Amino acid sequence: MEVKDKIRAFIVKNMSVWDDDIVLADTDNIFEKGFVNSLFAMQLLNFAEQEFNITIDNSEIDIANFSSVSNMEQLVTRKLLLLHAR
Amino acid sequence: MKGKTIKCLVWDLDNTLWNGTLLESEEVTLKDRIVEVIRELDEKGIVHSIASKNSYEDAMTRLKHFGIDQYFLYPEIHWNAKSASIDNIRRQLNIGIDAIAFIDDQPFEREEVNSVFPEVYCLDAAEYGQLVHYDCFNPPQVTEDARRRRKMYQEEIQRKEEEENFQGPSESFLAGLNMELYITPATVHDLARAEELTLRTNQLNATGKTYSYTELEQILTSPDHLLWVCEFKDKYGSYGKIGLVLLHISEHNWHLEMMLYSCRVMSRGIGTVMLNYILEQARSCGKTMTAGFRDTGRNRMMYMAFKMGGFTETGQQRGDCSLLSHSLENIRQNPAYIKILTQY
Repeated sequence: MEVKDKIRAFIVKNMSVWDDDIVLADTDNIFEKGFVNSLFAMQLLNFAEQEFNITIDNSEIDIANFSSVSNMEQLVTRKLLLLHAR
Repeated sequence: MKGKTIKCLVWDLDNTLWNGTLLESEEVTLKDRIVEVIRELDEKGIVHSIASKNSYEDAMTRLKHFGIDQYFLYPEIHWNAKSASIDNIRRQLNIGIDAIAFIDDQPFEREEVNSVFPEVYCLDAAEYGQLVHYDCFNPPQVTEDARRRRKMYQEEIQRKEEEENFQGPSESFLAGLNMELYITPATVHDLARAEELTLRTNQLNATGKTYSYTELEQILTSPDHLLWVCEFKDKYGSYGKIGLVLLHISEHNWHLEMMLYSCRVMSRGIGTVMLNYILEQARSCGKTMTAGFRDTGRNRMMYMAFKMGGFTETGQQRGDCSLLSHSLENIRQNPAYIKILTQY
């Protein structure tokens, strides 16, 4: 699975407030789609760090980076590129 | 063991809790006065659990026979390594590994646990009579919340069972819980619990700072501070006083000096609800809003709560904390299924 698909699968699986048949577009703002608390954002962060073996700095903990599948994908991809560049 | 408070004591059974080996004979007898030790610790808010290599059914039958089964939460009775048992207990209780003590007569078991978790405080079974005198089993204050702690965990187990069995969207499940969050100004009667909360809450304390009873007493009478306590209830009962907010008030600004809440309410999203409430209050008082955060290595969750709540870094420091600020625009609405009340 691509980075994007993994992130989307995690979000959909864990956002139980949604009905099963809701489709999540890459750019949908997950904070506006349903009530997302910081606990969910933390789970998403822990998932990304473990799944992709990266460390996300406090300075990157930003609502924009966590607000949609695309934004989260961009953050992860950037971290992965930095890792490979080393 | 200095300074650290133990939250859970994990017991071995054979030749630790009782004399004899259950597999060899059902005629085991409880150690002398051990029930008093268990009861006394329980009343101080230290919960008990079990890590024993035995048959679950047989061991539980014995504990019921002795009339003490209700004291043990999440008992781990099977043949797996005790380090794994302790890890399970820690996860179920949602506490730090360094808040666990383990008592066993066999050095092998204690070493096995310590080889995986050096932070676990291991005790020899022979010490059981002395435990109630140890500092780590003597929290500075024993509050009403501490006395009810085991019951609250047991209510939580019931909650989880119902939640797992509930069919349908979780939004309507949540709505059916009748959740109420009381956010009220602290009174002198809350101070012991407030001190206890600052000592017990490590992962969900934005600055990692703890406050003594005396310090809190001074804050209570200070005209420049607001100290709020939060109590959370649902249809199963009260979680007790689970949150604390300390605001420093100046002419134009509210500074959130401390916000903490118990990990028992984390899964209900209470941190976000508390934060949104504070922001709304600051806005309606016409103030600007800042908050302090200090990275303790364990409280990343609070940084996340601040950032997801709309705080941004100012790049400045205030004391040993980094200073965050909030524009008070676009404060998110709290979910309708949690009612916020400001008086009883």
